[in-house]
Amino acid sequence: MISTALTDLWYGFGVALEPHNLLWCFVGVLVGNMVGVLPGMGPLATISILLPLTFGMKPVAAILMLGGVMYGAQYGGAICSILLNLPCHPPHAVTCLDGFPMTKQGRGGVALGLTVFASFVGASWGITEMIFLSPLLVRAALQFGPAEVCSLMLLGLLAGSTLARGSPVKGVAMTVLGLFLGSVGTDLETGSERYTFGMTELDDGIELIALALGLFGIAEFMNSVNQVAPINTKYTNVTFKDMRPTKADMKRAFFPMWRGTIIGSLCSLIPGTGPTIASFVAYATEKKISKHPEKFGTGLIEGVVCPEASTHSSVQGDFIPTMSLGIPGDAVMALLLGALMIQGIVPGPQLISQHPDIFWGLVASFWIGNIMLVLLNVPLIGIWVKMLAIPYKYLYPSAMFFVCIGVYAANNDFFQVGEVAVIGLLGYVLLRLGFHPAPILLGFVLGPRFEENFRRAMLIARGDITVFVQRPISAVFIALCVILIGSQIYFRMKGSKADLEPAAENDGADGRPVGAELAAQRVRATPAE
Amino acid sequence: MQPSTSLLRDLVRKRDFYAGGLMILFGLFIALKGSTYRAGTLMHMGPGFLPTALGVILVLLGIAIAAAAIAPVAAGAEDDQRILPENPQWWAWFCILISPICFIFFGRYFGMAPATFSCIFIAALGDKSATWKSSAILSAVVTVFGVGLFSYFLQVPMPIFTWRGGL
Repeated sequence: MISTALTDLWYGFGVALEPHNLLWCFVGVLVGNMVGVLPGMGPLATISILLPLTFGMKPVAAILMLGGVMYGAQYGGAICSILLNLPCHPPHAVTCLDGFPMTKQGRGGVALGLTVFASFVGASWGITEMIFLSPLLVRAALQFGPAEVCSLMLLGLLAGSTLARGSPVKGVAMTVLGLFLGSVGTDLETGSERYTFGMTELDDGIELIALALGLFGIAEFMNSVNQVAPINTKYTNVTFKDMRPTKADMKRAFFPMWRGTIIGSLCSLIPGTGPTIASFVAYATEKKISKHPEKFGTGLIEGVVCPEASTHSSVQGDFIPTMSLGIPGDAVMALLLGALMIQGIVPGPQLISQHPDIFWGLVASFWIGNIMLVLLNVPLIGIWVKMLAIPYKYLYPSAMFFVCIGVYAANNDFFQVGEVAVIGLLGYVLLRLGFHPAPILLGFVLGPRFEENFRRAMLIARGDITVFVQRPISAVFIALCVILIGSQIYFRMKGSKADLEPAAENDGADGRPVGAELAAQRVRATPAE
Repeated sequence: MQPSTSLLRDLVRKRDFYAGGLMILFGLFIALKGSTYRAGTLMHMGPGFLPTALGVILVLLGIAIAAAAIAPVAAGAEDDQRILPENPQWWAWFCILISPICFIFFGRYFGMAPATFSCIFIAALGDKSATWKSSAILSAVVTVFGVGLFSYFLQVPMPIFTWRGGL
């Protein structure tokens, strides 16, 4: 088994090292890093804005480039959080806690240098996991009938919406809204039009790009316009030389890095627990086992390295269910899966066998891309740091243009540009009402496949809804759903007391949903400071 | 416990009350519109089955969200209940939403370059420190760069300049 995995990996390197694929991977990492560094541009916004650039490419090149954009943007976000104390992406909220104090002490360069290294270690572990676990998962998934697929999707949707951020009920509401938006357009089975109101442009459904750019582009711009405090660039003088950690730093960072990696990979095995929770649990654990927990928050390298390694290892781990089952764990994965679907590739367990070039090429390109990331960031850090100073007033109008032209380029149709404006307004209203729009994307991407499988399962079972609990594998998934909801209610009841304690940071390790909420609250709180 | 009138007044100040209300509205709309499509049976589901079910679920979730707003919140522990931010930016929001509309209008009748320029120009005016001049310079720079990238490099089929007046 190991030998087949290695042969496949070898093949993957062959695909990823083809000159044009390598070039696009490089472009992806470079541009992703560049855009991700900009304050206020998280990976979701970065990927959605750059997605239209890949429309004209072959599927392999497109997905390799988007993979590069993803971790480029993530690392760019880490730079932004460490040097400016501005987490653009929830997992980085924890990195700020110790990263920014380090910057204030003039050790921001060291923090960045070790972050590159930690993310490389975390990602490498995650990739290794992906190589060996995905084929196993596929073998199991190929036995699944529609009923199993359906209940697995239900589990994924519930976990993705309740564990991520904010109130679980609101998260589920957003998922349901996403599922509905996915059903707009021509019904695949009967051919009748749904919710199109006579607009023929809606026959093919709502455009994924328009949805993503509306929710993570326009709505975010409306949220931050004139609200962003002037950026403090006092501490951002980081040069290449500053990044080199001392031997003592390396030694101190070594074990936290591995602990973070392991925590991240464990978190990625639980469906729905994305990088945010992984980074939070990693930080809490590191604090708990530390000999001097009181020093956390004052600029300890452990507090930077451990969550960063954990984030990257869990992001790579999240690719396992996304690529092998076709069930994304969070909105970033949903977006990448949506990009594959735009290229005409059907996600699911058959993906690895039908498109081995995509899967193994992606795996190999992760490694290549992460090495590129290290190589790029060491000499270019000075340029990235300068980009941090670009004021928001120049940034968002230019981004608006990218939104408009990107949506137009999807179909060469102005209708979608109008669509993006409407979705942007809706997204902003939802944001202000305390909803997090990420689960909408999750529901939207999974919606049509959920409906298809649900119909098929019902047809096979002759309309007997109990089929979902009669079939053993499906029953397990349903039971997990029930446990998930039950534990949420339990933690709610219990957590309402814990919320009152201001120093609730330690709850992260034992009460995950509580921890996640705290992390989310911190994300909302930090930029205001 | 407070008397019911002030409870009601409390309620309309709560953000979650409106959040729940919006979900109920969405749900009702989805369910009512969905019920005009053929529902079919469980075994042979029609196009209306799943959307209607989703609409009903959304109504229930909306009720749950709104009901949670009634329950007294641990004093001050929750985040702010304001729907509008501290300093509402009506002008900036308007500019951001008008910007794509400008892109559509100018793109349809005059081509990519005017569309790009107007889109960025309008959006840039939203910033409180923006002037006509600074917005115009920014738009001009990004237009040159953007048209180069999308028209020449990525071959987006939209004419750079065109005239379709009278349409």
